[in-house]
Amino acid sequence: MNDRPILSVTGLGARVAEEDSDILKGVDLAIRPGEIHAIMGPNGSGKSTLAKVIAGHPGYEATTGSVVFQGENLLEMEPDERAQAGVFIAFQYPVAIPGVSIANFLRTALQARLENGDELDLFDFQELLMERMELLHMEPSFAQRAVNDGFSGGEKKRNEILQMAVLKPSLAVMDETDSGLDIDALKVVAHGVNTLKAENPAMSVLLITHYQRMLNYITPDVVHVMVKGRIVESGGPEVATGLEERGYEEYRRARVV
Amino acid sequence: MPSNEVIQGLGLDDYKFGFVTDSEPVFRTRPGLDDDVVRQISARKDEPEWMLKSRLKALRIYEAKPMPQWGGDLSELQETLDQTYFYVKPQEQMERSWDDVPENIKQTFERLGIPEAERRILAGVGAQYDSEMVYHSLKEEWESKGVIFDSIEDGLKNHPELFREHFGTVIPAADNKFAALNSAVWSGGSFVYIPPGVDLDTPLQAYFRVNQERLGQFERTLIIASEGSRAHYIEGCTAPVYSTDSFHSGVIEIIVNRDARFRYTTIQNWSNNMYNLVTQRALVHQGAHMEWLDGNLGSKLTMKYPSCYLMGEGAHGEILSIAYAGDGQHQDTGGKVIHVAPNTSSSIVSKSISKGTGRSSYRGLCKVYDGAANAKSNVECDALLINETSRTDTFPYIEIDEKNASVGHEATVSKVGDEQLFYLMSRGMDEAEAMALIVRGFIEPIARELPLEYAVELNRLIELEMEGSVG
Repeated sequence: MNDRPILSVTGLGARVAEEDSDILKGVDLAIRPGEIHAIMGPNGSGKSTLAKVIAGHPGYEATTGSVVFQGENLLEMEPDERAQAGVFIAFQYPVAIPGVSIANFLRTALQARLENGDELDLFDFQELLMERMELLHMEPSFAQRAVNDGFSGGEKKRNEILQMAVLKPSLAVMDETDSGLDIDALKVVAHGVNTLKAENPAMSVLLITHYQRMLNYITPDVVHVMVKGRIVESGGPEVATGLEERGYEEYRRARVV
Repeated sequence: MPSNEVIQGLGLDDYKFGFVTDSEPVFRTRPGLDDDVVRQISARKDEPEWMLKSRLKALRIYEAKPMPQWGGDLSELQETLDQTYFYVKPQEQMERSWDDVPENIKQTFERLGIPEAERRILAGVGAQYDSEMVYHSLKEEWESKGVIFDSIEDGLKNHPELFREHFGTVIPAADNKFAALNSAVWSGGSFVYIPPGVDLDTPLQAYFRVNQERLGQFERTLIIASEGSRAHYIEGCTAPVYSTDSFHSGVIEIIVNRDARFRYTTIQNWSNNMYNLVTQRALVHQGAHMEWLDGNLGSKLTMKYPSCYLMGEGAHGEILSIAYAGDGQHQDTGGKVIHVAPNTSSSIVSKSISKGTGRSSYRGLCKVYDGAANAKSNVECDALLINETSRTDTFPYIEIDEKNASVGHEATVSKVGDEQLFYLMSRGMDEAEAMALIVRGFIEPIARELPLEYAVELNRLIELEMEGSVG
């Protein structure tokens, strides 16, 4: 495996825009091409804030440190530039876009990646979409539904996975993609991630999760524990197993700031 | 006679321009309006005496009626009217050369993907039209079925009795000030007659009526759909109408006879110096269906409320409308449904988008007369605001004199959410693309009712509009 990280987070501090105190208080993280990292932590630890800062959500601002993606300063890029550079975030609560079908949404997203003046070939797109849906065992009719409009929690997550399959990122950040899912839906999501990972071994994945159960289906290379805005422990999959047994309490006690 | 016309605005914010052309009109009346001007119009059209009398009577009504004090701001309209040429012989519009059309208008047509031939028509240039062959074969088909599809002038000339029997019966001159004005000075528009039982698959498009008087400032359209017939009429298009006028006041009268189905589609995008005040109404008889599909873009002020008078038992009326108000524009639009007979039903779906300092108002009336038992009506109006400075209002009037009626009204106002924009941007779209996609989704329930080429044009137009909306 390549030694140069695809994503380097160094001393990252971040907060909700225009608020006083930082939620992230110096996060360090390096993900190499093809690696799967998991960040686990209790509610309020800052896990989702990290995902939002990586995505460039306008409601959050970095206060210290840096985020470098493939040699570029991610923090200076617009959300669309980050996406085009190969970053994909599967959101915890993706919003509805009424009247816009998933197919139309994805076509527009792919069209946006082309040079000015180039037109995405409709037949090529249709073929790609069908192939991707088949890979994920999805019904073609799903792509005709309006994006997240009236979707169940499971359908929203499937939609995120489908987008990831079509957009083919080099870094996929899964922000609590497992929350609120029953076991069947969880398996669908895990199957999707594993399938795409098998197809493109160089893709890096950052799994952000509260629970260990997702890690029963996706095996991480590295597990980080985040508490109160800092990564307090990093290690192999055994870290997750330990957490499952002992909970976050010991970290909380040890790291009270 | 001044030969220079200054033309301003296109309805696209990015395309404000000033432009001077040197075309010499063949004939036009002097600015302003009096009996003499009306007589000249009537004489030019070689009209029968009754029509001249009807025009003069309408002029009296127009003069007597005060300027409306509701709706949009009409305080500067009188000044515009004093300078208006109420009749311009249309040939002079045709004499404008394509080379005289400003480059940015041509570019807009280009970006909208409008075919070359159509561009010329829209720009008011030349009578040459490649689709003439198409039109002629359609015309033959229509004629073989007894369908009349003519200019309003030819309708009066060639079908005097049919014309006189129906003209002004749906919208009498006394209906409102601008209906009176139109009745006095009308010029251009369509005359349509569909015989009983005739079912037309191909829409009647006003666009095809070339070498006729073009869509005028005071267009007048009269449509008679006979018993059991079925047809669709399309007027206008999404491209900016390139016009030297700054006042448009049309009257559209439609009679939908027993068990007939009729749909009238119009999408208009006026230049943004335009007052657009239109009265369009359908009388819907027993068991008949009427649908208005109405799109309003551009203009300085549009006041337009397509209406269905449900006169016979079981009649049904539908009004679908989209309004788009850009910077400095006011779209005061909506619909009216009047339930006169029992078991009548109606639905109004109105969507508006306001951008920049644009303002859109929904103004609607649902009236149920005593005796219209089991009348059902549903009104849904949704407003989308693009910027903090955008504005929307809702004025739903409901008058019910019948105990046994069910009327529903639902209104929503939404803003393009930061979360929606962010979500789309996180998939690689820039802000304008994201905005355009959200807006297209918003109007989708109406756009899908449009003929495909119109839906495509409308979507492209929205994209162009959104380019200037962010940043």
